Amino acid sequence: MESRYTFGGDEHVFCEVDTEMSLEAFFKSLSMTNAVRESQIRGVTEICPANASFQIKFDPDIIKPDDMLAEIKKLEVQAESAESSMDTRIVEVPVLYNDPWTHETLMRFRERHQDPSGTDLDYSARINGYDTVDDFIAAHSGSPWFVSMVGFVAGLPFLYQTVEREKQIEVPKYLRPRTDTPKLTVGYGGCFSCIYSVRGAGGYQMFGVTPMPIFDPQQQINYLRDFMIFFKPGDLVKFSPIDRDTYDAAVEAVEANEYEPKIRDVRFSLDEFNADINACNAKLEGALK
Amino acid sequence: MIKVLNPGLATSVQDMGRHGYYHLGIPQSGGMDQLALQAANLLVGNASDAAVLEATFMGPELEFTADAVVAVTGAAMTPKVDGAEQANWESFTVKAGQVLSFDYLKGGARAYIAISGGIDVPVVLGSRSTYTLGALGGFQGRALAAGDEVPVGQGKGTAGRSLDASLRRAPGSPAEIRVLPGIYWHWVTDKSGAQFYADTWKVAPEADRIGYRFRGGHPIEFTERERPFGAGSDPSNIVDGCYPYGSIQVPGGTEPIILHRDAVSGGGYFMLGTVISADMDLIGQMQPHTPTQFVKVTMDEALQARADRTALIQRIREALA
Repeated sequence: MESRYTFGGDEHVFCEVDTEMSLEAFFKSLSMTNAVRESQIRGVTEICPANASFQIKFDPDIIKPDDMLAEIKKLEVQAESAESSMDTRIVEVPVLYNDPWTHETLMRFRERHQDPSGTDLDYSARINGYDTVDDFIAAHSGSPWFVSMVGFVAGLPFLYQTVEREKQIEVPKYLRPRTDTPKLTVGYGGCFSCIYSVRGAGGYQMFGVTPMPIFDPQQQINYLRDFMIFFKPGDLVKFSPIDRDTYDAAVEAVEANEYEPKIRDVRFSLDEFNADINACNAKLEGALK
Repeated sequence: MIKVLNPGLATSVQDMGRHGYYHLGIPQSGGMDQLALQAANLLVGNASDAAVLEATFMGPELEFTADAVVAVTGAAMTPKVDGAEQANWESFTVKAGQVLSFDYLKGGARAYIAISGGIDVPVVLGSRSTYTLGALGGFQGRALAAGDEVPVGQGKGTAGRSLDASLRRAPGSPAEIRVLPGIYWHWVTDKSGAQFYADTWKVAPEADRIGYRFRGGHPIEFTERERPFGAGSDPSNIVDGCYPYGSIQVPGGTEPIILHRDAVSGGGYFMLGTVISADMDLIGQMQPHTPTQFVKVTMDEALQARADRTALIQRIREALA
């Protein structure tokens, strides 16, 4: 894993920490962006961590691009020796899998899909070797996920599952992107799950919806009053399958502004994870019990 | 206050943008042609970063409830006050009860309508700019609609001030857009990379504040590579990463897309380079079907172009001081 640096025009440094996705690459990207924030390099205007890469936007009138690059590279040694553990939080996200709204949408855009004969869940379960959709949903909701990036549109989390690589779900994106995706759709593309924060275009496979809003530009939802965006990189998520009645009750609670997401503080250690994945996940999930 | 009688095609409140939230997927937004936006403000005596209306392809029809000084820069669409034609790039008075409307578009793509006092919508995350996709900022988070009553601040501009033509900037024909190659440029074969710059591209109808799509050039040919875990199956896929403003992605290797002020902040498509900061204004003035040549530059050339643009804005400030 060797970082590759390149310029995005005269205002961005783009760093690919690794060409492929891994928790190690994600941790390095996060510690590099934390190091840039702490070092307070003059001229930095935006610090954007991503799954296995990161981007620094800067003002070249304040610092020359080559100097900016040199300042960032200096932080590599420090970031590599940074402890691969973090104090973070785990959030339970209820999901109505196989819901009527994503079903209606995926049928509407069927000609843009690899397999027009079934649903996105049927297709994703099959190509990942699961006998039934229920088994597939059990895997998707069975282990926690890291928020490894926030972006695309406002507040949309990309999620990476904390399981062995051979157990990771991988699916292609739609052949051609849809022009519509229901708000709060739980999607999947490449090795990432996501939650669409707003209604709009999208290319990820659609598995279900959550009743829990994660973006509120009006800042009226009780848990989004302080800031309009719920997720940040480093948060952990556990999907929890719910039925239609529970979904409807949660939507009612959201509308009455009485919905409270289940959130617990946890510590995640990459070394502990690599030593015993099941024990690490059991501890994380235990915090939500 | 101004009443919107007809909103035009896509008219929104914009200023110099919302900075510091790109890592959460909230782009900077703000005027696509920032030079024209600043000039419009200076013409009516506003701070150069005050909020204005950005009208795309077609002007709105606005009724004023108080006297104001107005200037229209950017795209060539002639402003009219109760039907009487006014000059572009020149300040003029609109009295209470009068209606500001526009002739059809004769050149460029976006007109900047500055009103003395500035558009006084609430500041959201440090800016009045509209980010439509996130329903954030501007007038109720959206483009203007008929019946809207848009608040205007207190100002005192002077009519009859104009900006000399030598201090304006517009794309030529074909438009030449300067590009610093990089990011995943090494994925493109040498032959295909040379072809990208040799081809004459055309702005596609899918050209908006998020991005400008181009058609008409040869498809990109990719070098042989192993498919990285997590990237997806297409040779143009990367493990989802950040997208620089101005970056040029080519999904499927066919149609380049340049991300602009309302950029999606990241995604899974490779980028072959980035439009230099000095030329972003020009893209905002390109209509669909505009023939376009991408010109490869070095970082030094990019910085020189940036300095030239900064100097031009300084000359505009001095001319209108």
